[in-house]
Amino acid sequence: MKLTMASSPHNHSHKSLTRLMLSVIAACIPGLIAQVFFFGTGVLIQLVLALVAVSIFEAAIMLIRKRPVWPALSDGSAWLTAVLLALSIPPLAPWWIIVIGCLFSIVIVKQLYGGLGFNLFNPAMAAYVLLLVSFPVQMTAWLPITDLINTPIGFADQLRLIFTDFTASGFSLDQVRAGVDGLTMATPLDTVKTDIAHGLTVTESMQKPIFNEWAGLGWMWVNLGFLAGGLYLLKAKIINWHIPVSFIASLAVCSAIGYIASPGTEPGTLFHLLSGATMMGAFFIATDPVSAATTNKGRLIYGALIGLLIYLIRTFGGFPDAIAFSVLLINIAVPLIDYYTQPRTYGHGAVK
Amino acid sequence: MSELKTLYKEGVWVNNPALVQLLGLCPLLAVTSTVTNALGLGLATLLVLIGSNVTVSIVRNWVPKDIRIPVFVMIIAGFVTIVQLLMNAYTFDLYQSLGIFIPLIVTNCAIIGRAEAYASKNPVHLSAFDGLMMGLGFMIVLVVLGAMRELIGQGTLFDGADLLLGPWAQSLRIEVFNFDNQFLLAILPPGAFLGLGLLIAAKNVIDAQIKSKQVAPPEAEKGPRARVTSLT
Repeated sequence: MKLTMASSPHNHSHKSLTRLMLSVIAACIPGLIAQVFFFGTGVLIQLVLALVAVSIFEAAIMLIRKRPVWPALSDGSAWLTAVLLALSIPPLAPWWIIVIGCLFSIVIVKQLYGGLGFNLFNPAMAAYVLLLVSFPVQMTAWLPITDLINTPIGFADQLRLIFTDFTASGFSLDQVRAGVDGLTMATPLDTVKTDIAHGLTVTESMQKPIFNEWAGLGWMWVNLGFLAGGLYLLKAKIINWHIPVSFIASLAVCSAIGYIASPGTEPGTLFHLLSGATMMGAFFIATDPVSAATTNKGRLIYGALIGLLIYLIRTFGGFPDAIAFSVLLINIAVPLIDYYTQPRTYGHGAVK
Repeated sequence: MSELKTLYKEGVWVNNPALVQLLGLCPLLAVTSTVTNALGLGLATLLVLIGSNVTVSIVRNWVPKDIRIPVFVMIIAGFVTIVQLLMNAYTFDLYQSLGIFIPLIVTNCAIIGRAEAYASKNPVHLSAFDGLMMGLGFMIVLVVLGAMRELIGQGTLFDGADLLLGPWAQSLRIEVFNFDNQFLLAILPPGAFLGLGLLIAAKNVIDAQIKSKQVAPPEAEKGPRARVTSLT
């Protein structure tokens, strides 16, 4: 075995904070493209809104705190928060939804705790939970994918919907959401959950037009897009493998056990992995370096606990998806996880 | 006179039961969804606090030290029952909307805290004034928090004030904004926690500004901080 000895000066990895954050944003692009393709250009409008809003809020709070504005803004962390939040909310949600979310994530969750590096919770997910709890109607109004919409709407109409709640021809979001059969359609996770509650089996539920063989139409590709972006992040060594792998493995094992125990009411592993925000959560949200566990062993535990919670909330909880809740709940446990997983210092005895 | 001034400062600002001692948070967080509820519970707590402080102060020389806590609780429970019956009689709607939190005033640690820390050691008139000031400090925080939550949550102020003050108070209702959608979080419990946190932060900012304007006195030695986890 060849041992290489590294002595100082060590090579610098040339990964500045800005570069890291911008790389993560870049890695969101495949998922973003998939989302735009299936859910329309509303995603891009939300993205622009969010970027503008976080820039304003971050600059304002830095001025209030009497600190230099540009360094805080240009590290890109606020923009990353904006991107993640814009990708999480329904594409045609009214404009004030994302503005309130940006305000909460930047001002309260991040800067009131001391700014980047001091926030206990993932800002984007805390804002998402705030919005979901406060405005459940707007935050669950996901469009079915463009192919299934009765009256497909263009960019101008999407813009109007976001800012004025109505399209040019006077349709409200609810009317636009109605599918080919005139019924408003929910997201795949929501549909399966509701149908099971109504006594249908998963197979029956997945006959509906919003599903393909494995998961929700469109949603599958969004998840695969984020998976691709995540693999790039792994390859570029921007994130470690520990959190995504233990996250996905834990969710896969839990859902497999559930499927074996009750195949009629459990959609199974592949559905769980390719629905909702699973891949985005595994690679982009749970891996937030500030609010995640910092030791390698701790990261494995952290990811696994999130996966477990996601499965439990999706299956037994009141909400269809659970990435944000799970990440926030395990964020609380991070100091404890870190405390009990400190690695042994080389040359010293085991931790007592 | 200076004693009264100290008591006033302590109760309303320096040692505010809600913002500094963080006592009695259960009613503080639970009922502050509107100004009216907050004001109702604040007044009830204020009355109980004055009554219990006066009574505890009167009996302070006859109560054996070993059983003083049960005696104080009995006194407080007696006053809470009086207030509860009064509210049941005169402000029935408010009584119903506050529900369990009126009897729960018995367990408000701010009250027994003042009985133990102040009224059991001081003469009647000072204890009464202490009760008034502590109750006032608590009520102010309740009302401010209630106003914040009501304003952000549903865009109004003094909604339902007639429950507390009688039919004329309906005209007090101010509609500041008109939302199509309520901002549910402000009305739900998390809004209370966030609001209280912001209020405490605001108080600390004001304190820091006052301090920075004064000539800095020599720093008092700080007590040891309680660590949750040890370093090793």
